[in-house]
Amino acid sequence: MIELNEEYCKGCNLCIVYCPRDALEPAEELNEKGIHPPVEVEDRCNGCRLCELICPDFAITVVEKDEEEE
Amino acid sequence: MEKKEEKREVEMISAKEIRDKYLRHDMMPHIFCTGCGIGNVLDYTLWALEKEGLDMDKTVFLSGIGCSSRLPGYIDVDSLHTTHGRALAFATGVKITNPELNVIVFTGDGDCMGIGGNHFIHACRRNIDITVIAVNNYIYGMTGGQVAPTTPEGDYATTAPYGNLEPAFDMSEMAISSGATYVARWGVKRPNQPINSIQEALQNKGMSFVEMMSPCTTAYSRQNRMGSIEEFWDWYDNKTILAEDHERIKQYGSEEEKEELKDKIKVGVLHKEEKKSLSERIQELIEEVQV
Amino acid sequence: MNEEELNKAKKAIGEEYQFIHGDTAVAYGALLAGCRFFGGYPITPASEIAEKMAKLLPKVGGKYIQMEDELGSIASVIGSSWTGAKAMTATSGPGLSLMQENIGFAHMSETPLVLADVQRSGPSTGQPTLGAQGDIMQTRYGSHGDFAAITLSPNNIQETLNYTIRAFNLAEEYRTPVFLMLSADLGHMREKVRIPDEVETFERKRPKVPPEEYIPFGKGEYGKEKVPEFGVFGEGYHTYVTGLTHDEHGFPATDDQQDHDKLIRRQVEKILDDREELTDVEKRSLDDADIALVSYGITSRSALGALNKGREEGKKLGYLRLKTLWPFPIKEIEELSKNVDKIVVAELNLGQMYHKVKEHADKDCEIALADKIGGEIHSPDEILAEV
Repeated sequence: MIELNEEYCKGCNLCIVYCPRDALEPAEELNEKGIHPPVEVEDRCNGCRLCELICPDFAITVVEKDEEEE
Repeated sequence: MEKKEEKREVEMISAKEIRDKYLRHDMMPHIFCTGCGIGNVLDYTLWALEKEGLDMDKTVFLSGIGCSSRLPGYIDVDSLHTTHGRALAFATGVKITNPELNVIVFTGDGDCMGIGGNHFIHACRRNIDITVIAVNNYIYGMTGGQVAPTTPEGDYATTAPYGNLEPAFDMSEMAISSGATYVARWGVKRPNQPINSIQEALQNKGMSFVEMMSPCTTAYSRQNRMGSIEEFWDWYDNKTILAEDHERIKQYGSEEEKEELKDKIKVGVLHKEEKKSLSERIQELIEEVQV
Repeated sequence: MNEEELNKAKKAIGEEYQFIHGDTAVAYGALLAGCRFFGGYPITPASEIAEKMAKLLPKVGGKYIQMEDELGSIASVIGSSWTGAKAMTATSGPGLSLMQENIGFAHMSETPLVLADVQRSGPSTGQPTLGAQGDIMQTRYGSHGDFAAITLSPNNIQETLNYTIRAFNLAEEYRTPVFLMLSADLGHMREKVRIPDEVETFERKRPKVPPEEYIPFGKGEYGKEKVPEFGVFGEGYHTYVTGLTHDEHGFPATDDQQDHDKLIRRQVEKILDDREELTDVEKRSLDDADIALVSYGITSRSALGALNKGREEGKKLGYLRLKTLWPFPIKEIEELSKNVDKIVVAELNLGQMYHKVKEHADKDCEIALADKIGGEIHSPDEILAEV
């Protein structure tokens, strides 16, 4: 599960570009800041956490799925 | 830096935990432009701090002036945001006064190699026990894209509108020849090597220098037509070669491969040696002559 | 400073009575005041302060470093001060010019430190081995922007030692850089001094609240109201120190007119509110005087000669010596100018304090200047010539 802090995200899209599983894509709608923030593509993320590290803006957190369900 | 006696078991902690532990959230989001790599340098530093288990009550960050020098403000720690180029001289005073503190300096290519060049070479010469993390983006970013001592010859800047006429400094080579005892250079695109390298730098009891090549997506990219953010980030990756590979090709490579080396920037741990730090030597002197 | 530290300093210094020059007296005073860090760069005629400190500091567990230049010297001193040490540097005119950048930083970040300036003729390299009093205005107005300075000016070797201690105490009490002004003549002149047995020292006020309640650039809680407590690095306060305009918590507040106004006014007022407390003058023969000789530092010794000679000749002269130059002793000059017809200001420059005296003197009082440059001090006759 990928969580996005929209307040921190500046829309560089590096997470989308470098995700080895194509688990992120730009949102269709512009948000308040005028960017297309990343949204998760269902059932693609394997929790490698690369997007977390490559994000220059501390905007992404990868959380375990079952953790989320609990 | 104080080396841990036994290897610390690092639990896989979440990015959220790291951020909550180290960041000043009230200062966020940070000021860096979209696609700028300075935020990554901060992120990698935080991971290295966590892996090394440094006590943040006994750690001081310093910086000079420029984009990279805003970094200490985002970390919940004692910090000195000083004058342009002078952070290493301030850091020298901090470390010598209290050698038990972990002292880390963020600087940039203009801050460190331009106005602060003299302090830089002397801090290396003294092998003072501090860790310097230098963000090299080849340009003066904060002031709007003026030419830097690191700007490659021929590149464009607002004050080099016809192309840079001057040869560039290689920061890491300068650190090595000036006496630093741990020197590494990495690009921001690959997170793991810099994280490990910053951790090694923190462990080294002497002057450690980690050069982080980071794309300036506003001032440098626009003037030098580096393309989209991802094209610019990829350019850094394509432009670099691991120091080991560089050495191998130099020795055993084909002529074609050797030709290609000319345009490449070496990354990796470029230098490592053991030498007594100045802070240690001063302590020894005191023990010898104290009344 | 505790008894043990003081005894260590006294042991390192040696004999109770010594025949030493001004530069050595600065080093001794610093040690007795608790100074445990010196960051310097060689320069005539101040180098002997660094030399003495290099020798003495390790003996008392203190740290000495010769930096790569004066920019670095003052920077290392500020770093050391934030790490909890009483710290100092020493220099002369050309070095003082180089240090202005970080002197400004010390004002802005409210960092206690002492800067001993052994003055020589300028501008530029000037006369390296000869004395002058040309840096007075530079300590007051050298950095860009608004700030208030504390500047002391002793005139003999014992006083140099005592005033070095006073300089450290004021730096700690007001969280500010303090300038100790010598000149080549005073720095290299020898007199007998007594190493004081008891030394009164002031230690900067530390926060007593837990880190989350600590406000590093707000109101002082236990000392002076306009001097906030100082959270030393490494003690868990996580202070952010910047030369940018900052709010009470230390964080950049560069866009707001009111934030800047509030910060700088407090920094200036913390010193100027205490102008009278900081004022320190020596008066002689003023009760019946018609003409007053105003001077400071080495020049006051010539002025004393002029006073004695003038009195012998039947002139009704008086003598006022400024021991604290900044903040300027406005009230003393106002009162003096009402009681005499004429003031002669003697100084080793072409007129610096002369203008301050003129600014604050009664309009009916004539102000004359006995100036001198070139590396020699005034003869009493040269001062009397302006009477």
